[in-house]
Amino acid sequence: MKITLTVNGKKYQRDASETKNLLHFLREDLGLTGTKEGCGAGECGACTVIMNGKTVNSCLILAVEANGADIMTIEGEAKNGKLSKLQVAFKKNHAVQCGFCTPGMIMSTRALLENNPKPTVEQIKQAIEGNFCRCTGYQQIIEAVQDASGQLKKKEGLKRA
Amino acid sequence: MLDNTPKKDLNYVGKDVERIDVVEKLTGQALYTADLEFAGMLHGKVLRSPHAKARIKKIDVSKAKKLVGVHAVLTGNDLDYRVGLYLVDKYILARDTIRHFGEAVAAVAAETPAIAQQALDLIEIEYEVMTPFLDPKQVFDKKAPLVHPDLGSYSYVEAVFTPVPGTNIANHTKLRKGNVEKGFKEADYVIEREYTNPNVQHVPMETHIAVGKWDTGDRITIHTSAQSPFTVRNLFALSFKIPHCNIRVITPYLGGGFGGKAGIHLEPLCCCLSKLSGGRPVRIQATREEEFSLLPCRSGLTYNIKTGVNKNGKIVAQKMTMYWDAGAYADYAVNVTRASGFSASGPYEIENAWVDAYTVYTNKPFGTAYRGFGHVEFSWGMERHMNHVADTLGIDPLEFRKINALKPGSKTMTGEEVVKNTGSVTKCMEAVAKSINYGKLTAAELAREKKTGMKIGKSVVALQKAPAMPPFTGTVMILKLNEDGSVTGSHSLTDYGMGTYTSLAQMIADVLRWPIERIRLPIENDTDRDPYDWQTVASKGLLLSGNAAILAAKDLLDKCYDVAAQALRAQKCDLDHDAEKVFVRHHPKSHVTYKQMAVGYAYPNGNAICGPIIGVGRYIAQGLTNLDKETGQGNPALDWTFGAHGLIVEVCEKTGAFNIIKVASAYDIGQVINEGSVRGQAIGGMIQGLGTAMCEGYIYNDKGQLLNPSFTDNKIPTSLDIPEEIDCIAIETPQIDGPFGARGVGEHSMIAVCGALGNAIEKATGAVLTHMPIRQENVWKALQNRSGKKATAKAAKPAKAVKAEKPAKAVKAEKPAKVVKPAGRAKK
Repeated sequence: MKITLTVNGKKYQRDASETKNLLHFLREDLGLTGTKEGCGAGECGACTVIMNGKTVNSCLILAVEANGADIMTIEGEAKNGKLSKLQVAFKKNHAVQCGFCTPGMIMSTRALLENNPKPTVEQIKQAIEGNFCRCTGYQQIIEAVQDASGQLKKKEGLKRA
Repeated sequence: MLDNTPKKDLNYVGKDVERIDVVEKLTGQALYTADLEFAGMLHGKVLRSPHAKARIKKIDVSKAKKLVGVHAVLTGNDLDYRVGLYLVDKYILARDTIRHFGEAVAAVAAETPAIAQQALDLIEIEYEVMTPFLDPKQVFDKKAPLVHPDLGSYSYVEAVFTPVPGTNIANHTKLRKGNVEKGFKEADYVIEREYTNPNVQHVPMETHIAVGKWDTGDRITIHTSAQSPFTVRNLFALSFKIPHCNIRVITPYLGGGFGGKAGIHLEPLCCCLSKLSGGRPVRIQATREEEFSLLPCRSGLTYNIKTGVNKNGKIVAQKMTMYWDAGAYADYAVNVTRASGFSASGPYEIENAWVDAYTVYTNKPFGTAYRGFGHVEFSWGMERHMNHVADTLGIDPLEFRKINALKPGSKTMTGEEVVKNTGSVTKCMEAVAKSINYGKLTAAELAREKKTGMKIGKSVVALQKAPAMPPFTGTVMILKLNEDGSVTGSHSLTDYGMGTYTSLAQMIADVLRWPIERIRLPIENDTDRDPYDWQTVASKGLLLSGNAAILAAKDLLDKCYDVAAQALRAQKCDLDHDAEKVFVRHHPKSHVTYKQMAVGYAYPNGNAICGPIIGVGRYIAQGLTNLDKETGQGNPALDWTFGAHGLIVEVCEKTGAFNIIKVASAYDIGQVINEGSVRGQAIGGMIQGLGTAMCEGYIYNDKGQLLNPSFTDNKIPTSLDIPEEIDCIAIETPQIDGPFGARGVGEHSMIAVCGALGNAIEKATGAVLTHMPIRQENVWKALQNRSGKKATAKAAKPAKAVKAEKPAKAVKAEKPAKVVKPAGRAKK
């Protein structure tokens, strides 16, 4: 089926197989491999993208369902070769280790901040509950989002006895 | 190393430096194996066994082969190759015999994943289902069916391991120190209990993936999510008898590993499918479900500990028996058995010690390395046991730990002497005890108990680990000076998330006195381009590669000094350097810049000298030995990193529900290299440890079939599961042979967290737990089994010492074990 959609502000028109999910469509048909596959079952959140303003697991959406949609992926977060404020906060706060959950994590927290510029710690935890991270233990990600929203009073650190 | 570098001159070491690989990861531009495309690439898929043990009576692939779009179909009959790390026991595809649920039986390569799946569905197999061997504790039952009847014919590393042919014992590690029977006779109390752990899955967010290409002339190229590219190359070469130089292994960015990607896994199968497809690249990407049973997990452990202890709290003898549930293949499990065997007491001095550690083959998915390498599993038992013994004696558990802690002058279980610079486990325990206000409930905590109706408990546990590695473990760093005076490094430690590359760049920058922006360490590794490194496991990377990096930077400077001495007609001893140049110390204007000498220094008339500059640093572990096979004595430890956790939990006595209020962790890491990375390892590992403690673990039916191979049924911690408060503390007792005094901390954060949780729950409620994980229902059941009075082990009042004459009063285990026995000799 022929579909038209906007991804990161750019319009695309493609023939999409009825059985292909949005994740594979983005990765294989559009070459946007920043969005990752961690389980293929909507459980881990690695494939999170923003579709019409809401976060979705792109492995659970068919490409044809995205016909006419406005989609944002990790490739749309940095603008003109510059990291966004959110990305800078992740960078500064060691919120990235292996990096495989990072694109989905950025998408979930981007959507959170758009709707709620000053989220509480509890709200941040809620927003990323569907994004598994096996490396960081989440704490430094939460601090990064607090930082990006201007709420991190002082940078959390390692105590040296 | 670098004792002559004053700490005040360091611009990067010890600071909070941003990761060098973070921008590409934040933008989605980092390329992982799954992101790579190759011309003509085919998609491989694997048919897995639904049975734990079976004989393949008939396998018919004729229909699959005929399907349009299919290029290769393989069964075990086609592949007479065994692979194995330490014990070569595994066929690439099962031949005749199925040994575990999920084992690979057949594989196909096709033009699309959908065609590959269709082809799998066309393969017809007839199995004769057999009775599986599932309980490692039945290993001495002579009637037990053998998982590997041919064990006696397998090749293995004979200097280190001891398989017992005719049994299911893949390895028996022994340790004998002092006289354990004499120790028990002299003990006032002898206390014994058993602790168990299930299989656990690593869950890297990136599942295993490999793309293999087998060209005519036996030239092999493999792109893979492996942690240790040289291990893949070596094992591949040995299995297929192909020269190492014909095999090229490339590891792109890696999406986590945790030990699960340490060995060789999908690579041989991809390559065999490629060979059959005429050299087209074949990719196999494990599904999440396959990750649980086609690929390896962590071995289960049943751990029996018998402790002889004096009234004053000194442990005088300890007998430790480990039954490692290795599953169907030995893989790393034999070495987990060895490493946990020599370390089984935890960070405590045991004068008279006896360990029997068995790697037991069973018909289950096989175990491999997993962060902590056996220490997470045995520390669960050991740290629970330390509290059990302390409670029995009526001594505070922290006090009891301090009495027995390894300290300068102590001997480890293998007879190695602990010195001041080994580090201090006591300091770690004291730091976390202070952080959680151990031993009392604060006013706020008492108010919280009143408000919630839940009970609060606190615990402190201790841990230790040395890298488990061969005594000859070595590595190389090469630094190539670029035209503009920057350097590009080449080495084969991988960075699958830990941040080691950033730490290495910090060290190089400080030795060179350059800005870190001029140091480039490419994240991708390539065995054709980069020099050898044994493996990226065991928390050995920072120390070994750190030293190699320092030596390489010094070598690079030395070469630059050679050029400058010649160009400036100066003696090397009169030279010094800064970020831009090498100069004559007493005539700083007389200098040569790195740019000028990068590709060979040229005089004004055009004459040139020396050629392009590279620095090389090689480092190998010093003074390590194999352990004596009968006594386990020797020197296996590159370094010991000690640590401790303090944990506060609140428990609902009605439902067994619990919340973790705080975890404080401290590690003696010698020297902090990167504050943010240390904290990242500390928190990340601790939460992974809580996953093991709270919710993860394989569940089988009585036929050995895995029932929970998904995130729905095998939960891992989410952001909602983390403690309300987290505290990370670094103790810095320098490691004499560590880079800038540092030692590794990659695995340690995961160790002993489970015991901390079990102990705190018991402290709060008296519920006794001896099996991991601790799910809410386990706590509820343990609450129902509480003996006698409620909360006998409440914080302020430790249980009274159980006298030898009255064993009945001891705190009961879930399964009443031989909890307290009278000592062999009546006390006068």
